Amino acid sequence: MSARITWATALRVLTQLRRDPRTIALLMLVPAFLLTLLKGAFHEDPKSFQQVGGPLVGLFPFSMMFVVTSITMLRERTTGTLERLMSLPLAKLDLLVGYGIAFALVGVVQAAITSAVAFGPLGLDVAGSTAAVVALAVGNALLGMSLGLFVSAFARTEFQAVQFMPAIVFPQLLLCGLFVAREKMVGALQTLSDALPLTYAFEALNRVTTLGHLGSRGRLDVIVIAGATLLLLALGAATLRRRTP
Amino acid sequence: MGGADAIAVEGLHVRRGGKPVIHDLSFTVGAGRVTGLLGPSGCGKTTLMRAIVGVQIVAAGRVTVLGLSAGSRRLRPRVGYVTQAPSVYRDLSVRENLRFFGRVLGVRRERIEEAIETVDLGGEADRVVGDLSGGQQARASLATALLGEPDVLVLDEPTVGLDPVLRRDLWATFAALARGGTTLLVSSHVMEEAEHCDQLLLMRDGELLAAESPDALRARTGRRQLDEAFLALIEEGEAG
Repeated sequence: MSARITWATALRVLTQLRRDPRTIALLMLVPAFLLTLLKGAFHEDPKSFQQVGGPLVGLFPFSMMFVVTSITMLRERTTGTLERLMSLPLAKLDLLVGYGIAFALVGVVQAAITSAVAFGPLGLDVAGSTAAVVALAVGNALLGMSLGLFVSAFARTEFQAVQFMPAIVFPQLLLCGLFVAREKMVGALQTLSDALPLTYAFEALNRVTTLGHLGSRGRLDVIVIAGATLLLLALGAATLRRRTP
Repeated sequence: MGGADAIAVEGLHVRRGGKPVIHDLSFTVGAGRVTGLLGPSGCGKTTLMRAIVGVQIVAAGRVTVLGLSAGSRRLRPRVGYVTQAPSVYRDLSVRENLRFFGRVLGVRRERIEEAIETVDLGGEADRVVGDLSGGQQARASLATALLGEPDVLVLDEPTVGLDPVLRRDLWATFAALARGGTTLLVSSHVMEEAEHCDQLLLMRDGELLAAESPDALRARTGRRQLDEAFLALIEEGEAG
């Protein structure tokens, strides 16, 4: 692995993003827009907005980085740039960590804008520090990135990659405890939700927004998120082949 | 370096999608020369080049480049490969692409301008690759492979779709690189391009029909035109 090549990759991914201002605008503004809609929808029930809004600030980066990464990586695969990179003196980790740095930076800005809107004009109140919410949001961005990187190996076209969003992200959102408390789910769904990384992302966020701190259980959640991210990165690295049939 | 073998292929077999694409190929490519890999499309040229670069899973045989097993880590900085479809980032400008690949290879910044110069993209350097013509995109892709001044350059149909003047210039560039010690393996499906090569590999249906210089091929077949010589070889093979 080389710091020079990793940094070159991060810079290149950021330059590609900069060339696409519409995507930047969507990435930065859509979460705040959705939270504003949610605030309006819960007009009669401000308590529910407080309950759901806090964790959502930290969950948006997960789903958006998932889509962005799976499509960018699919493009690397289909346009032959990945094959070229694999024939160069570049370690797979250089590529993965380079992507990680670039998307973590995007995640920081996205989470900062989203929380500025949520905790400012939208009047969202959380028990814990907003910095902790932003930090968890960046962690979730990296989790979404590594999941997107891995599943991009199973898409042949951009159409398929986009469909992975409802297929892989939505079930995790439904089962993570955001909409229905996990204790109220039937046993099989609870077990399933135990196996999904977003469950731990939600639990950690929920602790910070309702209890005000992670606690020992929340720290365990963070470890699970980090572990899942690394595992998915390793699986993603395994799909980057130097030799192909 | 001239004289020694830069590439050696022994008993190579490649299967793709269950079908044999390359059947028992053996040949060598001399260092510091331009070797043309010629044959109709679909004859296995790209698969053979992929095997030499080391990105192709092979069924049997041995491919050695600069004395090392093809695709080995130490070869990566020394072998440049340009695929037939331009493999550059379409959403970056030519210069941004070169800057990225230059950083990966760790080359001096001046190499970027030199490579742009070599492929004659000076006027287009700051345009986004996706907005360029097919030929310009192919040249941008070629420029990235020239950046690291590799010892071996494997170029898959680099002159397809280019205007005749540019094609002539590129062949002159290839010859100059070879004089400087670079080994070039250049594929084409146009026989007239064989004229520019020091050595020819003629392929058909995954097999090698000939491996010799253009003059030797002319002498052996008694044809002045290389495409006729190629035809004569095929007919000879079918008769025998």
